[in-house]
Amino acid sequence: MSLDTGSASAALVRAATSETRLARSILIVVALGFVVLFLLLPLATVFIEALRKGPAEFVAALGDPETLSAILLTLTVAGIAVPLNLVFGVAAAWAIAKFEFKGKAFLTTLIDLPFSVSPVISGLVFVLLFGANSALGPILQSYGIKILFAVPGLVLATVFVTFPFVARELIPLMQEQGTSDEEAALSLGATGWQTFWHVTLPNIKWGLLYGVLLCNARAMGEFGAVSVVSGHIRGQTNTMPLQVEILYNEYNFVAAFAVAALLALLALLTLVLKTALELRYSDEIAASRRH
Amino acid sequence: MAFRSSSRRRWQFRQPSVIPGFGLALGVTLTWLILIVLIPISGLIWRSSGLGWSQFIQLTLDPRTVNALTISFGTAFIAAVVNLVFGVVLAWVLVRYRFPGKRVIDAMVDLPFALPTAVAGIALTTLYAPNGWIGSLLEPLGIKVAFTPAGIVVALVFVGLPFVVRTVQPIMEEIDKEVEEAAATLGANRFQTISRVLLPGLLPAGLTGFALAFARGVGEYGSVIFIAGNLPYVSEIAPLLIIIRLEEFNYAAATAIASVMLLLSFIMLLVINMIQAWSRGRYGNVA
Amino acid sequence: MSSNRLAGIVKLAFVVGSLQLGSIGLAQADTTILNVSYDPTRELYKEFNAAFAEKWQADTGETVTIQTSHGGSGKQARSVIDGLEADVVTLALEADIDAIAHATGKIPADWKARHENDSAPYTSTIVFLVRKGNPKGIKDWSDLVRDDVQVITPNPKTSGGARWNFLAAWAWARAANNGDDAKAQEYVAQLFKHVPVLDTGARGATTTFVQRGLGDVLLAWENEAYLSLEELGPDNFDIVTPSISIKAEPPVALVDGNVDAKGTRKVAEAYLNYLYSDVGQKIAAKHYYRPFKPELADPADIKRFADVKLVTIDEFGGWKEAQPKFFADGGIFDQIYKPGQ
Repeated sequence: MSLDTGSASAALVRAATSETRLARSILIVVALGFVVLFLLLPLATVFIEALRKGPAEFVAALGDPETLSAILLTLTVAGIAVPLNLVFGVAAAWAIAKFEFKGKAFLTTLIDLPFSVSPVISGLVFVLLFGANSALGPILQSYGIKILFAVPGLVLATVFVTFPFVARELIPLMQEQGTSDEEAALSLGATGWQTFWHVTLPNIKWGLLYGVLLCNARAMGEFGAVSVVSGHIRGQTNTMPLQVEILYNEYNFVAAFAVAALLALLALLTLVLKTALELRYSDEIAASRRH
Repeated sequence: MAFRSSSRRRWQFRQPSVIPGFGLALGVTLTWLILIVLIPISGLIWRSSGLGWSQFIQLTLDPRTVNALTISFGTAFIAAVVNLVFGVVLAWVLVRYRFPGKRVIDAMVDLPFALPTAVAGIALTTLYAPNGWIGSLLEPLGIKVAFTPAGIVVALVFVGLPFVVRTVQPIMEEIDKEVEEAAATLGANRFQTISRVLLPGLLPAGLTGFALAFARGVGEYGSVIFIAGNLPYVSEIAPLLIIIRLEEFNYAAATAIASVMLLLSFIMLLVINMIQAWSRGRYGNVA
Repeated sequence: MSSNRLAGIVKLAFVVGSLQLGSIGLAQADTTILNVSYDPTRELYKEFNAAFAEKWQADTGETVTIQTSHGGSGKQARSVIDGLEADVVTLALEADIDAIAHATGKIPADWKARHENDSAPYTSTIVFLVRKGNPKGIKDWSDLVRDDVQVITPNPKTSGGARWNFLAAWAWARAANNGDDAKAQEYVAQLFKHVPVLDTGARGATTTFVQRGLGDVLLAWENEAYLSLEELGPDNFDIVTPSISIKAEPPVALVDGNVDAKGTRKVAEAYLNYLYSDVGQKIAAKHYYRPFKPELADPADIKRFADVKLVTIDEFGGWKEAQPKFFADGGIFDQIYKPGQ
C-alpha cells in the first residue's frame, strides 16, 4: 500500500497493524452513518420542529407562565437532588476506593442498582411507600406533610434515579490514584479534613465535575419516574420533561419542541463542558472513564 | 446484610489503613443508600410478598406479563447487540483514525446520557413515522419502524449507544501498538491480528458495555412509549404494562412485574460486576 | 427582531415577577382548589375556571385559584387514590370515580345522585374523524372492518375515551345483529385487528392519526374531533357521524374527604354547581360538549351537533356491570387480545 517503506518486511508489518485505506473509509462511513442516523438526526429534529414557526414563536412559547414555572421547578429539583448526590458520591467513593473491606463488591452493586431499575419502578416504589394506601401515608398526612404529588416526591424520585452518577465517576478515578498522596499528607501532620480538602479534592475535582454534569443532566431530564409521582398539577408539579408531554398533548407542537430544545441545549452544554474538561485534563478523565 | 454478618468478626471486616474517615464515609454511604434505595425497594418487595407465593407465580406467569417481559428483554438484547457491533466500530474509528469533525462526533456519543428520554422518544417518532424523514424513505421498501417492535429497538439503540462506546474506548486507547507489531512479525495478517489478538482483549469491556446497554434498555420507558405502538402481545413493554396495571388499580400485578424486573436487573448488575472483576484479574485494567 | 427580543425579555421578566408575586399572594389570602380532570377537558376548564373565579370574586369578594391536572382518566383516578388532594374530580367515566370512592372512602358511594343528570353536566358521544374528502368512503361502523381500513383508538385499559369507543362499537354491532352479544364480540374483536397502534390516551391517539398520518379513521370523542378540526386545520379532516353511537357521560364529583380537610367545601361545591349554570352550560357547548340543558347554551353552538341515535351505558347494565365485564383483568377486552385468535 505505501510506496515509501524501505523493506518488504516493514511493509508487511504496516499492513498487519493498520487497515487498508478502503477498509478505513468503510469503517469511518459506517460509524459516521450510525451517529448521524441515531444521534444527529433526532437532535436536529428537535430544533427544526421548535423553530418551525420562527424564533418569535419559540421565545413566546418559553415565556408562557406554566412553562416558566416548569423551568423553575426543574431547577429547584435538580438544585436539591444534585448536591445531595454529590455529598453521597464523594463519601461512597472515599469508603470504596480508599479502603478494603468485606462486602465491597456487594455494596458497589447496590449503589449501581438505581441505574438499571426501570424509571417507572423508581417512581412506583415511592408511591408504594408514601401513597395514601401505604403504612406511612396516613401518618404523614396527619402531620400535614406532603411527599407525593409535591416537590419532596419529585426530589426523592430524582435522587433515586441519579443516585449512582457521581459515585460511579469517582470510584475508578480514586482507585487509580491510590492512597499514597493522602498517606504522605497525613505523615506530614495534616488532619483528615485537611488531607481531603487540600490533597484528595484537587486530585478528583475534574472527575467530580464530570460526574456532577451527568448527574445534573439526568436530574433535569428524568421523565418516567417523576411522571409517576408528579400528579401533573399545571404550574405546580410539572417539570420540564412533563411539560413537554403536556404541550405535545395539547397539539402545541412548537411549544413542546421549544421546551424540548431547551432541554437539548442543556444536554449540548453538558457535552461542551465535558469536552472542554477532557481537552484540558484528558489523562485524569480517561482514568475516570475506565469502568 | 453481608455487613452485619461480617462485622461480628470485626478484625477482619476491613484491612487496616492509616487513611481516616472510613466510619464517616461508610456511615454516610449506608445511611443514604438505606434511605433512598433500600427502604423504597424493600417496600416494593414487601408489598409483593403480601401476595403469597402462588398468587405471585400466577401473576408473573400471566401470558400478557410473560409476553411483555419477553418483548422488553428481546428488544433490549437486539439493541445491545446492534450497539455492541456499531459501538466497537465507532470506538475504533474514534481512537485510531483522524478525520474532520472527530471531536464533535466523540462528544455527541454522550448525547443519549444527557438528552431527556421523552424528548428522544418524540424526536425519534417524528423521524421514523411513515411520514417522517426516515420513515418516508423506508415506507416504499415495505419497512415499518415506528409503531412496531423495530421502533422499540431504534429507541433502545439510541439510549444504549454510549455505554458500549464509553466502556470500550479507553481500553482501545491503551492497546499497545507493539502487540500488533509482534503479531505482524509473527506472520499474522490484519484480519488475524484483529480477530485473534485485538478482539479478545476487548471482550471484557465489550461485554460490560453490552450488559450495561442491555440493563438500561430493559427498563427504558420514556423514549419507548412514543414509538412503540403499544399493542398487547406485539409491542407492549414491561414498564408500560406496570403502568397499565396501576391504572387498573391492580397494585398486586404491578408490584409483581416490578419485582421480577428488579430481580433480573440486580442479577444483570451482579454479572456485570463479575465480568469486571474477571477482566481485572485477567488483564489488570484497574489497580 | 431586536425589539421583538427585547419585548420577549421584558415579558419574561414580568412573568417571572408576577409568578413570584402570585405565589406570595397564594400563601396569604387566596383559596386554592384542585380540579383533577381527564385529557380532553383542558380547553374547556381553562375558560370555565376563569369564569368561575370572576363569579366567585363578585359574589363573595374572595379570590380563588383553580389548579388543574390533566391526564388519562385512569391515571388521574389512581393519583387521587394515592393521595393527590383533589377538591373535585371531573373524569371521563363513572367507573373511575367509583374506584376513588371505593378505595379511599373520600367520596360517598351515592355521589352520582348529588347532581342533576347523574352528575354529568355535559355529555358527548363517539364519532369518526377521517381524512379530508373521506377517501375510504367510511360511513358507519361496518366500514371499519373492511380489509383496506386501519382504525386508530387508544387503549381502553388506560383511556376512558377508548372505553366509550369500545362500547359504542359494541352497541352498533349488537343492534345490527338483533341483540346478539356473541356477534357483537366477534365484530369488536375484528375491529381491534384493524388497530395498528394503541396509544395510552385519547390525545396520543389523535397525535398518531393527525401528526403521524397513521390510519384511515380515528375513533374520538365528539368534542375532541371538533377541537382537532379547529386546532389542526379543517382542510385536512372530516367528521363522520355513525348511525348509532353511545351517550358518553363524563361525571363530576366533590371529594368530600379532601375538601373537609382543606376547608374548601363551599367553594368546591359552588364550582361544580356553576357547571350547571347558564355560563357553565354555554362554555361547555362552546367547547363542543353537549350541554345537559341545551336551552341555556348558544343555539348556534347547539346546531353544530349532528343528530345521532345514542344508546346509554344503562343498556350495558351501568358502569358497575360494564367495567368488570369488559375491561377488568381477564375481561372481554383481554380475551379479544389473546394471541392466536
